[in-house]
Amino acid sequence: MTSILPTNLSIRHLLLETLTAFAVAAVIFCPIVGIHLNGYDFDLGHLKLALGLALGIAITRLVLALFLNTGVGARLAQHIMDRRQAPVAVAPTTRRLWAHVFVVLVLIGAVAFPFMAKKYFITVLILALIYVLLGLGLNIVVGLAGLLDLGFVAFYAIGAYTLALGHQYLGWGFWQSLPAAAALAALFGCILGFPVLRMHGDYLAITTLGFGEIIRLVLTNWVDFTGGPNGVSAPKPTLFGIEFTRRARYGGTPFHEYFGGEYNSEALYIFTYLLLLITVCIVVYINHRLKRMPVGRAWEALREDEIACRSLGLNHVLVKLSAFTLGAGIGGVAGVFFAGYQGFVNPTSFTFFESALILAVVVLGGLGSTRGVIIAALALTILPEALRQFADFRVLAFGGAMVFMMIWRPRGIIRPVRPSFSTIEANHAG
Amino acid sequence: MPDRPLLTVSNLTMQFGGITALSDVSFAVDTHAVTALIGPNGAGKTTVFNCLTGFYRATSGELTLRNGDRTIDIVRILGEPFRPTDFLNPWRFATRLFYKCFGGSHLVNRAGLARTFQNIRLFREMTVIENLLVAQHMSTNRNPVAGLLNTPGFRRSEKRVVSRACQWLEVFGLKDDANRIAGELPYGLQRRLEIARALCTNPQIICLDEPAAGLNPRETEDLSALIARLRDDHRITVFLIEHDMQLVMGISDHIVVLDHGVVIASGRPNDISTNPAVIAAYLGDTDTEAYTA
Repeated sequence: MTSILPTNLSIRHLLLETLTAFAVAAVIFCPIVGIHLNGYDFDLGHLKLALGLALGIAITRLVLALFLNTGVGARLAQHIMDRRQAPVAVAPTTRRLWAHVFVVLVLIGAVAFPFMAKKYFITVLILALIYVLLGLGLNIVVGLAGLLDLGFVAFYAIGAYTLALGHQYLGWGFWQSLPAAAALAALFGCILGFPVLRMHGDYLAITTLGFGEIIRLVLTNWVDFTGGPNGVSAPKPTLFGIEFTRRARYGGTPFHEYFGGEYNSEALYIFTYLLLLITVCIVVYINHRLKRMPVGRAWEALREDEIACRSLGLNHVLVKLSAFTLGAGIGGVAGVFFAGYQGFVNPTSFTFFESALILAVVVLGGLGSTRGVIIAALALTILPEALRQFADFRVLAFGGAMVFMMIWRPRGIIRPVRPSFSTIEANHAG
Repeated sequence: MPDRPLLTVSNLTMQFGGITALSDVSFAVDTHAVTALIGPNGAGKTTVFNCLTGFYRATSGELTLRNGDRTIDIVRILGEPFRPTDFLNPWRFATRLFYKCFGGSHLVNRAGLARTFQNIRLFREMTVIENLLVAQHMSTNRNPVAGLLNTPGFRRSEKRVVSRACQWLEVFGLKDDANRIAGELPYGLQRRLEIARALCTNPQIICLDEPAAGLNPRETEDLSALIARLRDDHRITVFLIEHDMQLVMGISDHIVVLDHGVVIASGRPNDISTNPAVIAAYLGDTDTEAYTA
């Protein structure tokens, strides 16, 4: 890696680097781009394109090397490569105005977005926001309390099925199911929490992984109750009896009849999106407050050192259970939104891969960092959509991103920031 | 000096499988005094601490802590195994069951006994002041609704614990480091922070496990002065394990000497330094048995 950043410019060194880059690129691209299979023959007509690509890469390499030798480039490289950065930062005591302005601008943008974008983009963002919710829920368990949970998808599934089955058997709508799903998922979190209280690290991960699979298998095999692999349909969200479908299905009035206009198929998605946005804002606020509350501090202390926690009079059983319960509850809420948005749930949506994805969101975002988790969740759901043509390489890119993160930013995209306390003010109070 | 000791250990025995780490250890820790527990490596000093603070369940013996008018049986609040007679006495059965489910070392701390660790156990990625706030968990407003809405009552409670934390930071000379990450502090300050954190739980007695380990002579001297201040100014009973004899002899009011899990001597510093059994244990005299007999 040091060769990227030569301290003093040497022409010979530079040429050698460029040539190497050209050679490597040519070796890679000639077979992939240059040779086409045509029946039983090779078609070598594209070799020029391959060599052109290699030349482009070599020139880019040269430009990069030259740029890194300028003052700005060197500083940038220094900043990216610097691993001695402290893992955790402390917030300055004075509040920064621009941070508030930034949050307000992002919120305005987020609210205005669905009225300008196409339906497809709204659905992508809905899915992204569901992952933000899931990430924030798991962040409490893994990021704050330090309990490695590989079965988080179970709570997501419980939330989604509460909406679907609640509608089928009890006639519940979206709004009855939302608190019920949060409570039910929290209860299951509590039930899972009890037996795993004495476990740490790997053992905990295996047990939670098993729990996630148990829930999925129950949903698949209990055909009489859950419909098994055929799934169940779920009701769409409504607003005080106003429905967003063409015809009223749940005894309300359709949106366009109520306001007297044309039926707009986007209305349902816009509504779901805005509802989700509000929920995410509430959860972000809860996360923000939790870090400044005794229970949030206790979770983080538990992550740092359980034995010390016990020696300070903290009941580690209750601390762990509260983290499991709250995280699971948020997962359940995300599940309700998922089922409501899809209108249908079946067990294939809740595989282990989903759990791994949510965990990746939390790890990439930076364990315990709310901002990082939001950014990572948006990136990990929007990027695969934007790069549809490379869908086959999704998991590969994912693995690559993980490796690079572990090398450069082992603590995630955003360093966790700790709240600071003014000691001067406290003295006057005391 | 009050007539009744603050902490009484009687006939404490701890066995790990076939190994007897402690056998029949009995001693008492007096109120508002510094008591030291010394002994060669592997004598069982830290085992005594772990039994006292609930990290080990003692095989047998009684551990009693006095907090004001209350007398707390440490063995009981850690959750003891059921005995056949419990099934005849529903009340005793219920309390046993309660402590078995919800008992544990955290209750020992709430009873008024705080401890530090031989290898420092700070919350390394939290700030110095947050370390002290965690320690005051039990005395904060823990109502989640109040916390989420940031009610005036919650803010008052937070202000109170922050100012209390600041008072202890002041005592330990850590005030300027309040908003630093605990893991970044120099070693000597980390040791002090751990003691300050234990004190934030508002204990009657603080157990220090080798507080001077790894400190340079100057820092050890400061620590010695600090322990004396805790006893004299803050009226806290100190019970410590230490290898630094100068420190122990300088500040202790009472010394208990442990060797191979047995108390071989206890008394005032002057008596201990001339006790032949102690000298033999430390110098590895082959006739140790003859002295202890």
